[in-house]
Amino acid sequence: MSESDRHINFKLMRDHILALQDAEQPRGGKKYWRSLEELADTPQFREFVAREFPQQAEGWNDPVERRTFLKLMGASLALAGLTGCVFQPPEKIVPYVNQPEEQVPGKALFYASAAPLLGLATPVLVRSNEGRPTKIEGNPDHPNNRPVDFPAEDPYRDPRGSSATDIFSQASILSLYDPDRSQTLTYREDIRTWTAFVGEIRVALEEQRAKQGGGIRFFTETITSPSLGAMMNELRTTFPQAKWHQYEPANRDNARAGAVMAFGQPVNTTYKFDLAQRILSLDADFLSPVMPGYVRYSREFIARRRVSENIREMNRLYVIETTPSNTGAMADHTWTVKPSLMVAIAAFLAAGSGQTLGAETQLDVNALNAEGIPLDVITRDLQQYRGASIVIAGDGQPPIVHALAHAMNNALGNVGKTVFYTDPLEINSVDQRQSLQELVNDLDAGLVDLLVIMGGNPVYNAPADLRFTFERMQKAKLRVHLSEYRDETSEFCHWHVPAAHYLESWGDARSYDGTVTIVQPLIQPLYDGKTPHELLAVFSDQYDRRPYDIVRTFWQGEQAKTGSTTDFETWWRQSIHDGFIPNTAFQTKTVSVQANLGSPLQSALQSSRTAGSGFELVYRPDPSVYDGRFANNGWLQELPKPLTKVTWDNVAIVSPNTAQQITGGPKQENAKKGRENYVPTVDLVTQQGARVRVPVWVMPGQPDGVITVHLGYGRRLAGRVGGAATEEQVGFDVYHLRTSWEPWFTTGVRVEGPNGSHVIATTQLHFNLEDPNFSTEQRDIVRSETLEEFLHGDKHHDEKHEHPSIYPEYDYKNQAENAPNYAWGMAIDLNNCIGCNGCTIACQAENNIPVVGKTEVIRSREMHWIRVDTYFSGFDPNNPKGINFMPVPCMHCENAPCEPVCPVHATVHSAEGLNDMVYNRCVGTKYCSNNCPYKVRRFNFFLYQDWDTPTYQLMRNPEVTVRSRGVMEKCTYCVQRIQNGKIQAELEDRRLRDGEVVTACQAVCPTEAIVFGDINDPNSRVSKLKASERNYSLLGELNTKPRTTYLTQLKNPNPEIK
Amino acid sequence: MHSTAPVIDPGLTFASVTDKISSIVLKRKTSLAWFFGFAISFALFQLMLLTITNLVFVGIGLWGVNVPVAWGVDILNFVWWIGIGHAGTLISAILLLLRQRWRTSINRFAEAMTLFAVAQAGMYPIFHLGRPWLMYWLFPYPNTMGIWPQFRSPLMWDVFAVSTYATVSAMFWFVGLIPDFATLRDRARSKPFQILYGMLAMGWRGSARHWHRYEMAYLLLAGLATPLVLSVHTIVSFDFAVGIIPGWHATIFPPYFVAGAIYAGFAMVLLLTIPLRRFYGLEGFITMRHMHNMAKVMLATGLIVGYGYIMEAFFGWYSGNKYERFMIWNRMHGPYSLYYWALILCNIIAPQFLWIKKVRSNLLALWVISFIVSIGMWLERFVIVVTSLHRDYLPSSWGMYEPTQWDWGMFIGTIGFFFTLLFLFIRFLPMISIFEMRTILPEAEVEE
Repeated sequence: MSESDRHINFKLMRDHILALQDAEQPRGGKKYWRSLEELADTPQFREFVAREFPQQAEGWNDPVERRTFLKLMGASLALAGLTGCVFQPPEKIVPYVNQPEEQVPGKALFYASAAPLLGLATPVLVRSNEGRPTKIEGNPDHPNNRPVDFPAEDPYRDPRGSSATDIFSQASILSLYDPDRSQTLTYREDIRTWTAFVGEIRVALEEQRAKQGGGIRFFTETITSPSLGAMMNELRTTFPQAKWHQYEPANRDNARAGAVMAFGQPVNTTYKFDLAQRILSLDADFLSPVMPGYVRYSREFIARRRVSENIREMNRLYVIETTPSNTGAMADHTWTVKPSLMVAIAAFLAAGSGQTLGAETQLDVNALNAEGIPLDVITRDLQQYRGASIVIAGDGQPPIVHALAHAMNNALGNVGKTVFYTDPLEINSVDQRQSLQELVNDLDAGLVDLLVIMGGNPVYNAPADLRFTFERMQKAKLRVHLSEYRDETSEFCHWHVPAAHYLESWGDARSYDGTVTIVQPLIQPLYDGKTPHELLAVFSDQYDRRPYDIVRTFWQGEQAKTGSTTDFETWWRQSIHDGFIPNTAFQTKTVSVQANLGSPLQSALQSSRTAGSGFELVYRPDPSVYDGRFANNGWLQELPKPLTKVTWDNVAIVSPNTAQQITGGPKQENAKKGRENYVPTVDLVTQQGARVRVPVWVMPGQPDGVITVHLGYGRRLAGRVGGAATEEQVGFDVYHLRTSWEPWFTTGVRVEGPNGSHVIATTQLHFNLEDPNFSTEQRDIVRSETLEEFLHGDKHHDEKHEHPSIYPEYDYKNQAENAPNYAWGMAIDLNNCIGCNGCTIACQAENNIPVVGKTEVIRSREMHWIRVDTYFSGFDPNNPKGINFMPVPCMHCENAPCEPVCPVHATVHSAEGLNDMVYNRCVGTKYCSNNCPYKVRRFNFFLYQDWDTPTYQLMRNPEVTVRSRGVMEKCTYCVQRIQNGKIQAELEDRRLRDGEVVTACQAVCPTEAIVFGDINDPNSRVSKLKASERNYSLLGELNTKPRTTYLTQLKNPNPEIK
Repeated sequence: MHSTAPVIDPGLTFASVTDKISSIVLKRKTSLAWFFGFAISFALFQLMLLTITNLVFVGIGLWGVNVPVAWGVDILNFVWWIGIGHAGTLISAILLLLRQRWRTSINRFAEAMTLFAVAQAGMYPIFHLGRPWLMYWLFPYPNTMGIWPQFRSPLMWDVFAVSTYATVSAMFWFVGLIPDFATLRDRARSKPFQILYGMLAMGWRGSARHWHRYEMAYLLLAGLATPLVLSVHTIVSFDFAVGIIPGWHATIFPPYFVAGAIYAGFAMVLLLTIPLRRFYGLEGFITMRHMHNMAKVMLATGLIVGYGYIMEAFFGWYSGNKYERFMIWNRMHGPYSLYYWALILCNIIAPQFLWIKKVRSNLLALWVISFIVSIGMWLERFVIVVTSLHRDYLPSSWGMYEPTQWDWGMFIGTIGFFFTLLFLFIRFLPMISIFEMRTILPEAEVEE
């Protein structure tokens, strides 16, 4: 620090700047500073910034005096000491799920918690290594994860619950340690203390007392937490005039409105897919993580598709959707249609299901027939399975489609058998669109004195017509934002309170069926974050209540209602241990369909018929970053989206025909040149005149004339990963287009362009439909056949590839004296894979796999050890015959082509048949990768791993080497888990039991598509699967003898549909 | 054999041969052109050092390599440089054993070129490693870890093949230089050069005993080097042929690579001698006979290479193997088809002009064809390395490869280094073997 710097008084400087701003206030009218950039025009401010942010300081030229250096060192040491001195909270937060005597260093502990999304809890089990949460899997004890009911006698069924979970909950571990998370409580960008905040709020509350809180507005996302709800209700008794608004962009308003339309009241609908033999999805993507309950639903759905010696039948899934989805890929019959046609289709189907509508005359049967959907065949098939079918409508469909789906389920007798209704899960079920509208009205009317935004990011994601502009926000006198990141909304608020991550919080939330799931912290808040409970407590008389006490006290009062009579402490500890409160799932209730669906249907049909010309635009929550809240999560950003395999971007998905139409010619030339990822950009212009520039991505199977865009990108202040003001924008913000009255699709969209190009980082290019002569099918990569073919066709499945090899065979039966003689193998059932990407994220977390960033993905250098390949079948890009998913980890070949070519023995065969990678020995010739026909090897071309950020060091799995630059890596079959299992078995002097060692990918797979085990044991699940006649080796003709084998996918098409 | 031109200008005598060649080193004023050429080469050599420094400190991600194309311009340059070296060994060893006396005028130069090319080639396998500082792990040295290299790996064979090749070539070259070092020692007028050349001459006095032992040693080395002509590129081709990638896994690779190497090597010798001979007025030593002969070798090896290409395509089709068929289809029609067709043009079409005597006699045409062939051989390695890898078995993993500025930096840098060495060589060493030239003079014909 130079002499002159010492005399800079930052506070003086800041006041000076604020004074400057105030001086400008009268002239500028509404002039106010919104961001640093805005202020940065003044030279003083630039200097201030330069001095305050160390990365801009003139570090090189600063002669650090010895004494200063020592002082600084001393101070940092003291601070480092302080962080080490955080006391464990006095409450007991360490109930064990696995019950070791006590914490053993090096031994992981597991705690139950709940990851919230859309207000709903995903029950999770979190691994903690020495007090650091490192890995998230599903909570097998939770009722949502119990074994499915069908089939009753399933030899393959794991009697334990499932440890599956979705990508969002798994990736949340990275968010926990995100160094970009907001770390300090601030008032106008200035660091303040919590007590200062509490003081200011108390003052504001005193002012409100007279108005009974008339100027207080709470804004939250969907909330299902009973304890938080109780606090909110309590608060509203103190301040009866205070209002609570809820909004989040990917809300389920349509489902709610549909229920109100059908039953006159909002209900929560749950399904039992394992009891359904015929399923009709009207644009419902229930096999993708954005659907509440997807983990459960996927497992149930797949349970009905397993064919074994005893069970020779499968369910049948019809999907009519507006854009290709995972569910559509899994379906036996898929049709994609324009969104504006869905109402008519649903109406026709409802009429065919026996529901009287009074609007049949309105149906334009010809228009429907033109789509080629044999609706009568579908209804006939559904009719044959009365009480064993499900009709499910997607959240993006208008209320009338939901109402019609309810009516169909009712008419088909499914209610109470496969479809169930309960009370809404939300504490206060509202139409969020309307709730937001009311808040905006109040803001505009100047009625809001204190706006408390607890979670959510309305400035970024509110609809275009209800935008939280700065002018609008400014009318609220005091604005508070509780948020994990200093985001777009924080920027417009006076107070920013850093929110605790759920792994740092006490709380509760309901899962999709209503079961109350406990949110249990695993670590002290890293950055002093606050939970919503703590923030709400500030508004009550006991403003310093701890969240743990709040939750515990609440449930002390509620215990009796759950029918429990045991003593509270035992019950409570058991609940925390198990991660949920028993008997809190909502009871099903009986609702009856109102007869007057005719009139809303008519008006819906009317409006869909008046759909303007031009393109139809579909909005979807992003499969990776959801509504944008995960934008700063590198794992999710780099996760290839299930069908497009695009990373780090959202794209406008169009059909090949449409692409031809809007970009003025096929990009075939680009495709030929292997440059499919250089795509043109176009401007989308809505009827309201809103405009956004998006890259065009061609998707086989997308309906012509329909453009699908995903929400959640184009963040301005997400962080260094998801887009910061200073860096290049990540993706495109389509919230600018989205209106509150057409939240999921709109019509009459114009396309202008092409007007540029954009490079998309995709991990898999669309070569698959390129040339019929050299197609994927001929390569026999994914196998798919119909149930009919499988049961009655020629048996040509079990082709064995026995070719001679000059190398001697390994003897896995006699590995060494007294060796347990395991031989590890894996079977991946393509019939089960729904392409959800759960395995990829699980592997990333378990194996410390780095994120490489967009430019490196463009150069095909992504590091995922297990990838989910997507293949389109058929030769017509506009109308693919099917979409298949194929998870590809290392094959651990018997005759591994990688092994003999390594000059330094860095990849070697283990006695148990693993293809081991010795990082320390690897010099990086990359020959092994070249010679791997499956291309599962990944190379550290740079130092991809972040070795410097301290929080990331906490995150890593201590049992897996953190790879450095210049070495090859690949799937190890989670060798660390194998070793842990073997050590345990050896201590107990026994062999490992089947299913005792579970790989990370297998653990989280909702559909048990991945099965790992000992192939020396003929009774292991993996051996049985490998003995199946569906079993085949990928590229088996190369004589690699892969240990990972695949099972043919089965489809169950309706023979009446050709 | 139409080449009736003599292998040496009949007007030359023992004394004038010695004078003429040694004066380039000892008497002639270093020309500005030399300085100019050296400066450019040296500057490019610095680019190589910069690239290597950057690579070692930042990582080989600077290059365009990726998964699936984990070997790119680096390995193809390795093969290219190694190939260029082949002409030298062939000329020195095999033509010596075959008593092709015309080789005498060009062998020194070709050997030097070999050595310098191998030096360039040798750098690639080291710096293409993810961790080049551990390069010594590829050598079988006794170590505390008790680990040997893996002898099944073709890269391991490469280590032996290339290091043997480099050693033998260096020895051969040096031994061949000894009598000339003595000549230079005796003729040098400045003390430092007398000492320098004196040390290099290793006490050569030209006694009959010296000559006797010398001839024996030279012959033995020639015998030793002969199998290397075949072995080095055979083993380099194993890097690919042992792999299971379609487009690599082919039994035709060893002969086809060897022929390609000789082809490329002669192209490079021609490329360099044509201007050099002109510049230093060596037409008397390197006559049109040499040009014709080298052109013919090029034509012959070019035809073998062309046969290789045809067979590759034929095997792809005839095998009926879907991957092989696709590989050939992809080479011809895929994203890199331009490279393939350019390769056919450069390596098969261009040398056909050498059938015409007029073309062989036209030095400019010969030079242009040599240049085209050098490019063609580079393209051949590109096609083999990159297009085979970029689309192999699983279409999901297919990708593209684009060399980056650092790939080119390394390539241009090695060219710079090569020419730096070459410029130093022609300035400080006799680029034509003085004593051997004397043996082919008419005066040396001894009636028995």
